Amino acid sequence: MAVMESENTSGKARGIPLPTGPLAMLVINIVAVVFGISMWALVTSYGVVGLPTPLAVARQAVIQAQTGLLWSDALASLGRVFTGFALGILIAIPVGFLMGWYKVARAIIEPYVQFFRTIPPLAIIPLAIVTMGIDETPKIFVIFLASFLSSVVATYQGVISVDRTMINAARVLGANDFTIFRRVIVPASLPYIMVGVRIGLGSSWSTVVAAELIAAQSGLGFRMQQAQLYYDLATIFVSLISIGILGLIMDRIVMAIDSVLTAWQEKL
Amino acid sequence: MTPKISFRNVRKTFDIAGQTAFTALEGMNLDIDDGEFITVVGPSGCGKSTAMNIAAGLTAPSSGQVLVDDAVVTGPGPERGVIFQQYALFPWLTVRQNVEFGLKIAGHKRDERRRIADHFIALVGLTDFANSLPKTLSGGMKQRCAIARAYAVNPKILLMDEPFGALDALTRVQLQDQLLTMWSKERRTVMFITHDVDEAVYLASRVVVMAARPGRLYKIVNVDLPYPRTEDMRLSSEFSELRNEVWRAVYHPAAAA
Repeated sequence: MAVMESENTSGKARGIPLPTGPLAMLVINIVAVVFGISMWALVTSYGVVGLPTPLAVARQAVIQAQTGLLWSDALASLGRVFTGFALGILIAIPVGFLMGWYKVARAIIEPYVQFFRTIPPLAIIPLAIVTMGIDETPKIFVIFLASFLSSVVATYQGVISVDRTMINAARVLGANDFTIFRRVIVPASLPYIMVGVRIGLGSSWSTVVAAELIAAQSGLGFRMQQAQLYYDLATIFVSLISIGILGLIMDRIVMAIDSVLTAWQEKL
Repeated sequence: MTPKISFRNVRKTFDIAGQTAFTALEGMNLDIDDGEFITVVGPSGCGKSTAMNIAAGLTAPSSGQVLVDDAVVTGPGPERGVIFQQYALFPWLTVRQNVEFGLKIAGHKRDERRRIADHFIALVGLTDFANSLPKTLSGGMKQRCAIARAYAVNPKILLMDEPFGALDALTRVQLQDQLLTMWSKERRTVMFITHDVDEAVYLASRVVVMAARPGRLYKIVNVDLPYPRTEDMRLSSEFSELRNEVWRAVYHPAAAA
């Protein structure tokens, strides 16, 4: 089936001489996914590993979608991620600029950043729960930390990597420090900042799910943790797939924003 | 007449632990007249770029000073335009926005910025690329854009640090002619650094030859060929004599006293 589908589609896309165009790649992507799901169906239909079939998982997803549970879980997780992530980025960018621009600021902040970067954000959870209670605050704080640490380093790297000649070029055109910062340093570090944002969002997402596994009353992680108690594998699969799809969508959105904002870059 | 640019015993050393580790430039004296086009040629390590950076105000001399219109240079300023070998365009700005960069800082109104920028973009032949990003331009076009950007803020002096050094031979010759055409239309005092002897002779009214270890001014060769310079001149015997004189000075300088 899958093979025939791909043949039909590439027949439509006549005019592309070799199957390396974006459309052909998309077709191959789809075929690969369909193949993976088919293998999953095949393996589970023989009852080999005791996993739910794709159909059972899909049925469970439909039930959860109809009762609204899937949406409320996803929204709870997304809400935490966006709050923590937005706070992290908002504070990381000015701090990163400060570190890149002023050597003294760098000397003060860098030891803390480098130290906390080596601690997985999840390891902060016990401390956060003890000191901040069990409501939303500790979870958002941990997500904030995850996104802040990855973005602050990226921003700082961006600032110190700005080509000296470009700064000199601005200076000889009459730019003062403030103008150089606003018109040269900020745009020139943007590609680095976007890398940090992307990594930050990824680590925020993985952190939120893990945080919900430990302590939460809602969210995709919490749902999985509940399902685990009842040996409800289908629900665990629904949550896992939702986490994957949402993470992928968020990553693609950041990539799309990045490609618009840094379209001026000379790519090799 | 007072010189436009005057190097007064300019010395630049790099010190390690209070000891002079490297003398980049040793007691340089040079006067450049208003509207003159001089080229500076020499082997690497002769301090030619250091001298230019001091005149640009991007590097401070260890001793001595550079005067521009009798005022000591203490930092960069828009009256001294600089063109870099690496073009140094702002890649996120279009050609026109790059050219307008300095005009914006100088506080020109939008319409005026546009008018001035378009004038210089046309002068370097980039009108069709005014809205293009630098990444879409060839090396020669990038440097033409950088020249337009430097000209736009109306500097009295242009300091050019091996501007055509990264270009292929053909493009380089074309840009030399364009630069001379532009210079004859919009006369500025030009100090042009190069390591190419032909280029040095072709462009200049005087070629300043520098020597290395320590970096110093070695010899000044007057180029008595009239402007505009032509291809015939480039192939003439006078040209090759001058070229040979500069060549010998660059590659076989007498030992430092």
